[in-house]
Amino acid sequence: MDGFVSIRNLRKSYGSFEALRGIDLDVAKGEVVCVIGPSGSGKSTLIRCINRLESFSPESEIRVDGIPVATGRALARVRAEVGMVFQSFNLFPHLTVRENVMLAPRKVRGTPRAEAAARADQLLSRVGIADQADKYPEHLSGGQQQRVAIARALAMDPQVMLFDEPTSALDPEMVGEVLDVMRDLARTGVTMIVVTHEMGFASQVADRVIFMDGGQIVEQGPPAQLLTHPVEQRTRNFLGAVLNH
Amino acid sequence: MDIVDTFLNAEVMRRSLPMLLQGLWITLQLGAASIVAGLVLGLGLAMTRLYAVAPLRLLTRVYIDVFRSIPLLVLLIIIYYALPFVGIRLSPFLSAMTALTLVSGAYTAEIFRAGIEAIPKGQFEASAALGLGGLQTMKEVILPQAVKIVIPPLTNNSINVVKDTALASVVAMPDLLKQATQAQALAANPTPLIVAAAIYVAFLWPLVAAVSRMERRFAARRR
Repeated sequence: MDGFVSIRNLRKSYGSFEALRGIDLDVAKGEVVCVIGPSGSGKSTLIRCINRLESFSPESEIRVDGIPVATGRALARVRAEVGMVFQSFNLFPHLTVRENVMLAPRKVRGTPRAEAAARADQLLSRVGIADQADKYPEHLSGGQQQRVAIARALAMDPQVMLFDEPTSALDPEMVGEVLDVMRDLARTGVTMIVVTHEMGFASQVADRVIFMDGGQIVEQGPPAQLLTHPVEQRTRNFLGAVLNH
Repeated sequence: MDIVDTFLNAEVMRRSLPMLLQGLWITLQLGAASIVAGLVLGLGLAMTRLYAVAPLRLLTRVYIDVFRSIPLLVLLIIIYYALPFVGIRLSPFLSAMTALTLVSGAYTAEIFRAGIEAIPKGQFEASAALGLGGLQTMKEVILPQAVKIVIPPLTNNSINVVKDTALASVVAMPDLLKQATQAQALAANPTPLIVAAAIYVAFLWPLVAAVSRMERRFAARRR
């Protein structure tokens, strides 16, 4: 049975360097999957392929809710269903916080302005920054900006949320507030694929943890198993290096 | 005969002023029309240069390089004196506007391109991830940010276009300079030329100062 997100033989090369070497992955509806691994292991590339921010080899296949991640119309449908949160926030600096959240519903879905604004305010209070709605992103802290970015992605009512190292660019004291929002989100049943270095988050929130290295999935399983009793030597080495620092 | 009587003769000034104002009006019309048309052309060229299929991109690069190399006066004379041989006869105003637009468009294209390329890749990615199409991304996200960056160089280019309108006097356009030279011939006195020069400066100095101010502010913000 194929997953809600189904990935078959995903390959990608930059010149002669193989970033992804044949990934097969199924993610069920409502599942929270954390992807961990050393830098350069291909984990960011993997989730960037799911909404085709990265192109991939034509022999590979990715489907989201049965729709092939291709080009043109089909790609637009997939992108409307898949929300993404970036390491560097990527908020639109020329728009206020509220306008950031309203833009895609208005332009992609044609939602009337008043309705989009009301929905934006609702989402902003859900991520705890309703009082900042009229400010511009540059006047917000990193943690607040990332929470706006989550609200912006949620405004399209995505079936799947992709998180690409959402806390890696944050000052340590702001990591918690972003993880809290993500934890709440996980409880609502949104399918989440999270590339992260936050082992605490992975162990508490993930249904499944995937360890990647060298463009391949080395090992996967429930967090209790993978994080505490990894089978593969590479997983052990990585976890040993991460957890002892 | 003293200097003031020769170069700033009050009587000649009074008599030539209506002519000069007529010329100024034409200069401003020509400048404004060429600036606007150049902006539209430049934006189109920048988009083609950045996003079109390879052969079109190459063609656009050639266009931009050729029209930044050709002296404006040469282009103007070709349009006004050479095109009639193939049946294309443009009025002095249209000839001047065409020449100014073709060249200004080439410069404007490079300015827009630099502005668009200065926008971080993450802005394009965030737009794509939200499902915005290419045109929507340009219109709602990229251009509003890029335009802010390119306002100083675009203003500079507009100043150049207005200055270059003076070249139109060689194809018998009754612009400010042409009117001034005629008034000078009529009065046998160079005062109208001095007045014309003062009018050019009076119009463009504030813009030049504004560009300096904007550039200082941008530099301060970047620190």
